[in-house]
Amino acid sequence: MTAYSLDHVTMAFGGRRRKVTALESLTLHIGEHERWGIVGESGSGKTSLLKILAGLIRPTSGVVHFLGRDLDHANREAMASLRASVQMVFQDPRSSLNPRMRISEIISEPLRSPLLKGRVDVPTNPETRVSEVLDAVGLPPDAATRFPHEFSGGQRQRIALARALAPRPRILLADEPVSSLDVSVRAHVLNLLNSLVDSMGLTLIMVTHDLAVVRHTCDHVGVLQQGILVESGKVLEVMNHPKQEYTQELLNAVPRIKESG
Amino acid sequence: MSLLDVKDLSVSFGRHRTRVLDHACLSLEPGQRLGFVGASGSGKTVLASAIMGLLPENAHVEGSIVFQGQELTALTDRVFSAIRGRNLSMVFQEPMTALDPTMKVGRQAAELIGLHRETSTMATRQRVEQIFDRVGLDHASRIADAYPHELSGGQRQRVVIAMALMNNPAMVICDEPTTALDATVQAKVLSLLDEELAGVNAACLFISHDLGLVSRICTDVAVIHAGKIVERGSAAQVFMNPQHPYTAGLVATASIDAVEPGTRLPVIEDFFDPRQEQ
Repeated sequence: MTAYSLDHVTMAFGGRRRKVTALESLTLHIGEHERWGIVGESGSGKTSLLKILAGLIRPTSGVVHFLGRDLDHANREAMASLRASVQMVFQDPRSSLNPRMRISEIISEPLRSPLLKGRVDVPTNPETRVSEVLDAVGLPPDAATRFPHEFSGGQRQRIALARALAPRPRILLADEPVSSLDVSVRAHVLNLLNSLVDSMGLTLIMVTHDLAVVRHTCDHVGVLQQGILVESGKVLEVMNHPKQEYTQELLNAVPRIKESG
Repeated sequence: MSLLDVKDLSVSFGRHRTRVLDHACLSLEPGQRLGFVGASGSGKTVLASAIMGLLPENAHVEGSIVFQGQELTALTDRVFSAIRGRNLSMVFQEPMTALDPTMKVGRQAAELIGLHRETSTMATRQRVEQIFDRVGLDHASRIADAYPHELSGGQRQRVVIAMALMNNPAMVICDEPTTALDATVQAKVLSLLDEELAGVNAACLFISHDLGLVSRICTDVAVIHAGKIVERGSAAQVFMNPQHPYTAGLVATASIDAVEPGTRLPVIEDFFDPRQEQ
């Protein structure tokens, strides 16, 4: 089944005088259990695309289908099913976790959402679910009673991941999940993300500017340049034989340790 | 004589004297580029601040920092400010906070010249536009009349680099200069930095957690872990044949490309157990 199917989606901001087109006539099909990496520089429309997929904004024109249903904001049923089965991890765990809430409250908050009412597989006991997901992301059980500031950047991103996984989503959206982390911490979080997506059978859609991360984590990639999807397909095909100069440029920009000093 | 000679530098903070830098030693020759690598919280930025004389009041400094034959730790603020921004300058991590949001960038850059030299307003403005042009900012005069928020992240970092190079310093400290930028802009800013440093033959202390970046810019590398410098050598030697297990871990985590996609990435703890070290 296709998770998302986008047909000629255009997203424009601003009025008549200064119109910015963030996405232009984008057509993309994302199957369930696929792992997509969306790459491009700042301003290429990555975040707009992610917001459309999360149902946070509606496209100016074009059609989005979610699990076969037309995702018109008037279609309440489709929106409800989207909100019940999609979760998101944000770029900066310093700003995406409420500093005044304990970790247990942060993680269990999505479980209390009325949007989940229609679903049968929602965890019923928030406390057990909190300790389950904390364990899944490799944090000690006593983390539940602490506050976000007591954790390092990598640990906070684990908490954000735990919160996203708590209501058993089918689809996980991630906006630059490792770009604010140290290189040494990045490996931990990527390993975790990989194994969780595997074991829970999630569909992953990750936005990033780092092609090395996409190559490692995803099986499909879409390259955005100034709002236009210039290239998309299987990761290895695109990376080994990029058809676009822009894709090659992105590939070259990945910092690597030089073989000879 | 070395350009910079740091000997047994220890820095601790507060009443409990929490030590964040522990007997650090390093030296830099004129024109040499040293990459200073470590995880967040390892003491990288504290070392940079110590050299720049920008440590907060509650810091206790022991040891010595000699720059161009002058002991820096004993200098008063007034004497130090004649060196800072002239012979010794810094490129900060986040260009949005390094620039004053209420001042046009041309004026901020001009201030830097005015503080160290007596020149006419006209000549200063010319010099600003000339150096903006050199760091690849198109329409230099328009950029000079812009406020920081009107520029993109890459443009802002170019302004910060231009300002650091303004007075032809003998040494530039770069503290994670490209972490706020995305991959393609990062590559452009790095090659700019590379050219400009070579152009004025400035030495460089390049602080980063990313070994890939360091290997693009630097000839030598020092690795810091928990306030201690654990390894020091030429970039080729340190990356190809790391001696300390922590360095080996860093090299492995930085090379995502070398790992079969989808399999587990190596982490530092595979190589190095911090508890064992104590």
